[in-house]
Amino acid sequence: MSSVAVHAHASAGMSWFMKVWGCLLVLTGAEVFLTYEELRLEVMLFLLMAISIVKAALIIAYFMHLRYEKRSLFLTLIPALVFVLVMMVVMFPDSFRIQTMRLISN
Amino acid sequence: MSESDVAMTESTWSGGALPYAISSKKLGMWLFIVADSITFGAMLVAYAYLRVASPDWPIPFKFNPSIINATVMTFVLLSSSITMVAAVQAAKEGRVRACVGWMAATMFGGVLFDILHIREWLGLIHEGVRLFQNPWGSPLFGASFFSLTGLHMTHVTLGVIYLAVVAIGFGRKKFSADDVEISGLYWHFVDLVWMFIFPLVYLISARLR
Repeated sequence: MSSVAVHAHASAGMSWFMKVWGCLLVLTGAEVFLTYEELRLEVMLFLLMAISIVKAALIIAYFMHLRYEKRSLFLTLIPALVFVLVMMVVMFPDSFRIQTMRLISN
Repeated sequence: MSESDVAMTESTWSGGALPYAISSKKLGMWLFIVADSITFGAMLVAYAYLRVASPDWPIPFKFNPSIINATVMTFVLLSSSITMVAAVQAAKEGRVRACVGWMAATMFGGVLFDILHIREWLGLIHEGVRLFQNPWGSPLFGASFFSLTGLHMTHVTLGVIYLAVVAIGFGRKKFSADDVEISGLYWHFVDLVWMFIFPLVYLISARLR
């Protein structure tokens, strides 16, 4: 067995992963509950996205073991990815512009 | 002394063959996952863009059956992730039979997810939703819904095949515990993507009354 496998052993046990799984299920339930709370769309979207990001972080950190890898791997992969994903949102104002243009032309 | 042991004695950036002290296969999978995240990110942003730009975007999902169905699908996918974690743990501890069994359970979850998803698709098609038309509003609903969930379903289906290949290979000692862990990375990623599709496609489109 190579030392790569030995390195990966510094991770949590199965009972801890079961707790993470429980957390993910509870958060999913919370999302479904929030859906029917008749909140304003912006508020609901914000809450749902916040919960989803927490869920994604739990999956990446524990199920995908990124927490137990070298920090340099995290620093290489995640900040650049988040930056690219955030940059995609830059064009959003354009979709509001199309809405307004449609209203004017009607 | 194996090749990876030699590489480990070098510091990561001074010619060590294993940057980040992970196998090159695992690094390759991580890079694929980053690229694939951007693909899904682009599709979700495109969907959100079209939705905001369309005043007549349909919200067709009733609590029963659509939201219940999607919640059950989420449960199935999350549960298949925990069985995959168990498979990886078993593989690391050298318990081959247990690992193959847990991987089979994971594949069962994936297949069940696909069945529930296809049943839902057929229901929507039956209601008249097509790629470029539907009875309720913006014709782009079908295009974005089917392409987004279809790409995800393709990932689940390919994931099941990938897991089957790795499980058989690990059972025959052709693949190592590292290979099992790498297939697990892919599976958890597919699960992770669904954590965004579920609220953005289903919950936001729930019909409240």
